[in-house]
Amino acid sequence: MTLHAQRPPRPERSPIGRFELLISRLLRTGVTASMATILVGLVLMFIHHPSYLRSDADLARLTSPGAAFPHHLGDVAAGLAAGRGQAVVALGLLLLIATPILRVAVSIAGFAVERDWIFALITGVVLAVLLVSFWLGKVE
Amino acid sequence: MSPLEFVLTLFGICLVAGFVGSLMGLGGGVIVVPALTLLYGIDIRYAIGASIVSVIATSSGAAAAYVRQHMTNLRTAMLLEVGTTTGAITGAFLAGVVHGRWLFLMFGLLLGYSALAMLRRKSQRDRPVPPDPWADRLKLHGSYFDEAKGVEIPYRVGNARLGLALMYLAGTVSGLLGIGSGVLKVPAMDLAMRIPLKVSTATSNLMIGVTAAASAGVYFARGDVDPFIAAPVATGVVLGATAGSKVLAKTDSRLLRALFVLILLAVATQMLLRGLR
Repeated sequence: MTLHAQRPPRPERSPIGRFELLISRLLRTGVTASMATILVGLVLMFIHHPSYLRSDADLARLTSPGAAFPHHLGDVAAGLAAGRGQAVVALGLLLLIATPILRVAVSIAGFAVERDWIFALITGVVLAVLLVSFWLGKVE
Repeated sequence: MSPLEFVLTLFGICLVAGFVGSLMGLGGGVIVVPALTLLYGIDIRYAIGASIVSVIATSSGAAAAYVRQHMTNLRTAMLLEVGTTTGAITGAFLAGVVHGRWLFLMFGLLLGYSALAMLRRKSQRDRPVPPDPWADRLKLHGSYFDEAKGVEIPYRVGNARLGLALMYLAGTVSGLLGIGSGVLKVPAMDLAMRIPLKVSTATSNLMIGVTAAASAGVYFARGDVDPFIAAPVATGVVLGATAGSKVLAKTDSRLLRALFVLILLAVATQMLLRGLR
């Protein structure tokens, strides 16, 4: 892109440049993978239920309180085994939720490689708090 | 309305939500929740579940570009995330104890105050950033390339500890209400830490993903994330946010500030009304 050519060149080889590139690629990969999965799942849902193209009643059933969809990993796995589009969408959503957490985990390694121990520790604390919040959420 | 029409129209609305969210450092929930509840009559629980998904989608979609453009201040983001995540847990705990009405009123007043403060900040642009030993030691200062002005702009970060405290507050509020973390993060960085607005929104974009991911697991397990609703929301928001992230660098910061103040006022009014009802 021409705009980038006019910028003062950023040192891509320096540790900071490499780190930022890694984070950026990780986020992009996570998002792309989850979006692709979600799309496949959505298409599957429409293929398996052609009435979704037209029926008002189906919409109510899909989006009203009490709608049936998986919300535990076991249910998602079972749904995937049965080839249900909804489970594929759920998998894609789980991938999306995992992306920021993965970003934090990878950042710890990135800071460690740069020997920036203060920030490796800071990021480690964030990951620990995240994991605690998940654990507390399960207990709820 | 058929499921197909639902998916297509919701997708379109979320394109806009993602675009606006990526420019403002918000998660798009500001648009997604009212759209789902008012336009489609979706239950508020599903709306909030979808909103959490949209926050992660905006965050990851836009942040990928902002980090690459060196717009995001990664170190400041990591430091402040300690505040937001511990705040989120505090907020989740307090949710059982504090009554909703006072929260909405407080939140609304806080947002209103932030809106006015952000308007006034324009005239304070030339006051020097106070020296901060924490910011120096942690090397939080940085620079960014402003394509609208065509130059690389270095900046210093101030009041790191105050920023951390404010992030704890922002995290607590969003843990309590399940919404609105970006809306407090950007003013905190802009006003307290004196970080340039574009860097504040880009950095907020990265941070909101982590805050939302912390809650998302809980919402998912509670059955608040309906795949059929979350799917068009997530895909629309990601595409919108990706488009927006390409535009931020070229946008005039004054326009961004004006838009953000408008959104703050809109959300503040919403919150005050909910508190007064």
